[in-house]
Amino acid sequence: MTLEINGRKVEAQHGDTVLGAARRAGIRIPTLCHYEGLPPSGACRMCVVEVEGQRGLVPSCAFPAAAGLKVQTHSARAVDARRTLVELLLANHPDDCLYCARNNECQLQDLAAQLGVRRRHYFGGRTPARMDVASPSIVRDPAKCILCGKCVRVCEEVQAVGAIDFIGRGSKTRIGPAFDEGLNVSSCINCGQCVAVCPVGALIETRAIDEVRAALADPKQIVVVQHAPSVSVSLAEEFGLKPGTDVDGPFVTALRRLGFAWVFDTAFTADLTIMEEASELAHRLAHGGVLPMMTSCSPGWVKFVEQFYPDLLPNLSTCKSPQQMLGAVVKTFLAGRIGVDPDRIFSVAIMPCTAKKFEAGRPEMGRDGRQDIDAVLTTREAAELIRMYGLDLAALPPDAADTPFGERTSAGKLFGASGGVAEAALRTAHYLLTGHTPDDLKIQALRGLDGIKEYRATVAGTEIGVAAASGLGNARKILEQIRAGRKDLQFIEVMSCAGGCVAGGGQPRSASPDAVRARMHALYVIDRDAAVRASHENPGVQRLYAEFLEKPLSHKSHELLHTRYERRAPVM
Amino acid sequence: MIAPDIEPIVARYHAGRRDALIPLLQEVQTSCGYLSREAVVRIGQHLRLPASKVYGVATFYNQFRFQPLGRYHVQVCRGTACHVKKSQQTLTALQRTLNIKPGQTSRDGLFSLEVVACLGACGLAPLVAVNGEFHAGATPDVVNRLVRNIRKEAKVK
Ligand code: SF4
Ligand code: SF4
Ligand code: SF4
Ligand code: FES
Repeated sequence: MTLEINGRKVEAQHGDTVLGAARRAGIRIPTLCHYEGLPPSGACRMCVVEVEGQRGLVPSCAFPAAAGLKVQTHSARAVDARRTLVELLLANHPDDCLYCARNNECQLQDLAAQLGVRRRHYFGGRTPARMDVASPSIVRDPAKCILCGKCVRVCEEVQAVGAIDFIGRGSKTRIGPAFDEGLNVSSCINCGQCVAVCPVGALIETRAIDEVRAALADPKQIVVVQHAPSVSVSLAEEFGLKPGTDVDGPFVTALRRLGFAWVFDTAFTADLTIMEEASELAHRLAHGGVLPMMTSCSPGWVKFVEQFYPDLLPNLSTCKSPQQMLGAVVKTFLAGRIGVDPDRIFSVAIMPCTAKKFEAGRPEMGRDGRQDIDAVLTTREAAELIRMYGLDLAALPPDAADTPFGERTSAGKLFGASGGVAEAALRTAHYLLTGHTPDDLKIQALRGLDGIKEYRATVAGTEIGVAAASGLGNARKILEQIRAGRKDLQFIEVMSCAGGCVAGGGQPRSASPDAVRARMHALYVIDRDAAVRASHENPGVQRLYAEFLEKPLSHKSHELLHTRYERRAPVM
Repeated sequence: MIAPDIEPIVARYHAGRRDALIPLLQEVQTSCGYLSREAVVRIGQHLRLPASKVYGVATFYNQFRFQPLGRYHVQVCRGTACHVKKSQQTLTALQRTLNIKPGQTSRDGLFSLEVVACLGACGLAPLVAVNGEFHAGATPDVVNRLVRNIRKEAKVK
């Protein structure tokens, strides 16, 4: 069908909104509360347009496109209305931009600039608000909240957690957990999806940059860093490069120039995770263990099970996540090999994820009163650090990560995308059960952005039902099926964020579905072109077993690479 | 005080029936005098709603409180007649002397404060009720004296 926007003919499909049709035609209507993929809420009214025959302005995000419709998106009336809305928001907003984590990256700021707001027109009293800094992962600053509701919706409708909601009414309306408590005591699983969608500086990650800089500046400390599989294909966007550009090499160089003594690749311990996890699966299959086995590398998901599905805790693999496995072998194996006291090692992890900050602080993630990971930076924080030191990522020469934890296979790299852990695990499970690696490694059914992907593999005559869910709302659907008695699944991969780590809560904020797809695709290209594509073929991992860990599920592996879980009261 | 058991009340509502939220909240508040954390969490479990949602909905309405009532429950009428007779000043005076806001209970558990739309005795404006007993012409001076007397009496007891 054809409609007319700003006097030009625009094509639209059934189910399109005026906003969607306009965007495809290259007309940008500003939005604040619009959330791609969820039903429109119409809360902010920033997207208002004039439609012929309608008396008032209508929100274009909720107005269905129809044949013959005549729309003006930037008429004087529409623009004035938007400007008034922004001025009203600013009337109750601190003039804090210079000190704000979202300075230069804030939709409210952008709108004020775009709409030519140059003066304060309204002088209202500000609603007093207290910062919530209690969470290990997320800082809430309600003074900057514009009540768009996106965080509430992503938490409830995408993640099925519902840790936060609108509280009160009228001028006292605010967003927060039950009883106006801190996020730390709520059911928040620290995924950071609310941080990723917040248009302003009301939700940011708990920063670790200063701790890391202090460690780097301390000559007594040996500062070690690892970077997660999805970071190298996402970081580029922070430096104006095309989504999906893999900057692995220059990134390693940047980390060295920042002063990190050792640069490791978390994909190495992703391979190690696969060795342990595939062995655990084979063991459970052979010995009537608890099935389906569920992956445990996504810390938000782990907390989700602990809170809402404690009955399924025995289904969680006991494997630590790759971040924690690397942390454990750095402070044991590496410390021994280079002959230093582990207390002198400061271990940093660069992650696409805010929940990793929470995971690093879990009391069981260390030994002798020492945490295995000392600080976690998100991809965004890593970019900030690189910029702070004046490094131009695009101009840096490539370098490679350090042995002994620098070698990786592309299977480990696949951990960055939903379905990737399952794909990598099947490659190695096949080897463990049959003695050879399959010829065709790629499993198309487990790739892409679908929220739930299923695949039936036949390995050595045994059928293995595999499901990969991303976004905890999707995970919940599968868990409900399991509770209801579904029996045909043996292995379930869950990543907390929709699409997997490439869409993690700590990733660059540009994350449109297209950017996420591009990041994912970059990982698939790495896998396609790699020489070694199965975790059990990682020579570095083989050496680590030979010299230190003995074999998968050995006593030593259990001590360092496996963990336990706790029931948590399904509170608030 | 031992919290009254809310299980019998909860049990009268179908599990998962979200439209039962408001009546259930009302009934629990009537029985317990307020909505405790335990009650909010329990109601959420029963109706399959996150506690944040139950709390969010409950805070939308003025009628719900989240702290137990004090031994002396002070209601300030903010109806039109009382408003005209400067009940705002009365409320401000009470907030200052009790050091609590409407909906709260003082630390010692002696007082709780509530704002009500109209107590239905407009001739007595500005009107304050303490444990249901009306105090007519409740100007700031009057309520300050009232609070002083109650405090003295409470100490004697
Ligand atoms: S949220 Fe945006 S507008 Fe508000 S202080 Fe931060 S940068 Fe400025
Ligand atoms: S971090 Fe995740 S679980 Fe926590 S409030 Fe945000 S969206 Fe909800
Ligand atoms: S915290 Fe951010 S996302 Fe949530 S309502 Fe406020 S502005 Fe919107
Ligand atoms: S984007 Fe349309 S109402 Fe907010």
